[in-house]
Amino acid sequence: MREIQYREAIREAIIEEMDRDRKVFLIGEDVGVYGGAFKAYKGLLDKYGPDRVINTPISETAIIGAGIGAALTGYRPIVEIMFIDFAALAMDQIANQAAKIHFMSGGRLNVPLVIRTQGGVGKGLATQHSQSLEAWFYHIPGLKVVMPATSYDVKGLLKTAIRDNSPVMFIEHKMTYPVKGAVPEEEYTIPFGKADIKRKGEDITIFAYSNMVLKSIEAAEELEREGISCEVVDPRTIVPLDIDEVINSVKKTGRLIIVSEACRRGSVASDISARVTERVFEYLKAPVKIVAGLDTPIPYNSTLEWASIPQKSDIIKAVKELLEEIL
Amino acid sequence: MLGISEKTKIEMLKKLIEIRRFEEKAIQLYKTGKIWGYLHPCIGQEAVPVGACHAIGIQDYVISNHRGHGHCIARGADIRKMMAELFGKSTGYCKGRGGSMHIVDMELKILGENGIVGGGIPISVGAGLSCKMEGKGNVVVCFFGDGAANNGVFHESLNMAAIFKLPVIYICENNMYAISMRSADSVSCKDVGKRNCAYGIPGHIIDGSDPVEVYNAVKKAAGHARDGRGPSLIEAKTYRFYGHHPNDPAEYREKEEVEYYTSEKDPVANFKSRLLEEKIITEERIERIESEVDKKIKGAVTFAEKSPEPELEKFLEEVEQI
Repeated sequence: MREIQYREAIREAIIEEMDRDRKVFLIGEDVGVYGGAFKAYKGLLDKYGPDRVINTPISETAIIGAGIGAALTGYRPIVEIMFIDFAALAMDQIANQAAKIHFMSGGRLNVPLVIRTQGGVGKGLATQHSQSLEAWFYHIPGLKVVMPATSYDVKGLLKTAIRDNSPVMFIEHKMTYPVKGAVPEEEYTIPFGKADIKRKGEDITIFAYSNMVLKSIEAAEELEREGISCEVVDPRTIVPLDIDEVINSVKKTGRLIIVSEACRRGSVASDISARVTERVFEYLKAPVKIVAGLDTPIPYNSTLEWASIPQKSDIIKAVKELLEEIL
Repeated sequence: MLGISEKTKIEMLKKLIEIRRFEEKAIQLYKTGKIWGYLHPCIGQEAVPVGACHAIGIQDYVISNHRGHGHCIARGADIRKMMAELFGKSTGYCKGRGGSMHIVDMELKILGENGIVGGGIPISVGAGLSCKMEGKGNVVVCFFGDGAANNGVFHESLNMAAIFKLPVIYICENNMYAISMRSADSVSCKDVGKRNCAYGIPGHIIDGSDPVEVYNAVKKAAGHARDGRGPSLIEAKTYRFYGHHPNDPAEYREKEEVEYYTSEKDPVANFKSRLLEEKIITEERIERIESEVDKKIKGAVTFAEKSPEPELEKFLEEVEQI
């Protein structure tokens, strides 16, 4: 199968959906001639024109509002928040408006809105351009939260997000854009709430999403050479969450490591740990282990930045420690 | 009053009375514990929604705010469903999920009231974008208060609407108070309506107690928008006769000020007198309208009281889907 970059997979999904449905349009900062900060929209302005590829001023609140208003009146906007850190500027529109409108209207209104954004560490962009803030959105009922790790997943899930009638936080990772992965030529979509076993294994379950899936696979490959078999489970969407797939894996392996780039305090990882423990405590051969980012703002210095989030070596270490533990 | 038919004027009076009586009833129900939560009556401000909603068409959109009952009624909302919503009943506009601050009616193109001050302003950008993309000449009327005009969303949204030439009519209902803070102390310039020059769009400062003045300004702004020339900002000077909500005695206001506005600037009383002077209507007809409105409101209360509560099981099923 052909291999394409994650950013190319995004572009393909958008082209397919914009060709399929004239109600789909793009709006955000530098999405026009600049092609988006991570170049996922390269050439789209020429292809669709300024009425469907709309460049905006730096006005995050009005960008989200533009998406909500258009979604309420029959369109399917894809709005872009260049860095997830900037979502802080638009939280009323995301959390109090987009997330709530369907519910508080008694189900009369829908907000078919995709908020594309990206987060994470890895380019020396420091504190205000490197955060993993998915827990904010995970916490708010009314939003769906998608965190694809691979080219295949990002394409299939973005197409589903565009067709979904709910507001979707579509959170990419800045380190994944150049990564290549297999993507079929023919059209496909991926349903929300369906985890993917990225690697089969017997001894231990590693639950990871977004860029941590790639790091976990690397760790699993290295451990395989030492005779340790890891199962890597990628939920792909954290809302809705396919907890059953995690549970099934844990029932088999009896050991769970949750890897999260986000800092641990109040994290999605902590919640998954609680939910798994509640359901299958009796199957656990060792306590659930969380390998998460440090509870720190992300530093600029490369060594410090590296130390602030989980690396392959941290995952390997955690797996070995957990295999030695007996409950 | 050039251009407004006698029939429309009488319709406007009916709506003024309906809003006034609805709000008076809601306050009464609130004080007797029949409804709860938050209630923000618009008594004293009725002329703004009535003038504005009569100046636009059924295909146009309306975006409201936390003090939004008047906008909904002026637009033609079913007061039975509104009252049922205030009672939290399953027959309410939002099936009891929303309450006073979240009424929506897509058939009437009311995109929603809003519990967040300024929350609807950015949404107007998207509705305006949608109207522009559809190219059918539809417009959006976005209501907000003087308090919202000081929120950052005002700047982002008006700027964006202006650069994209979106067909949005921004109506600031300046009732002189954001809860307790006087707009004289919170607005950096004398008039919110003069902030138009910052966005290069038309601005109108009008007497918001006069539905005809509101009608004319909105008509003009709507024409401007339909011609593809972009948004306008209208500041309607108005006054909230009571406190922020029924439990607010509004002690932050001078007695003389309240007396002046309630006696001189009562939109309902003034419009009645005006139509009588113009011999468009008689005292008897007004009395008849009032008793019809009272009957309608009584019917709405009965409907609300007799309506079933939302089903808990259904709610729990919905939660599973969220």
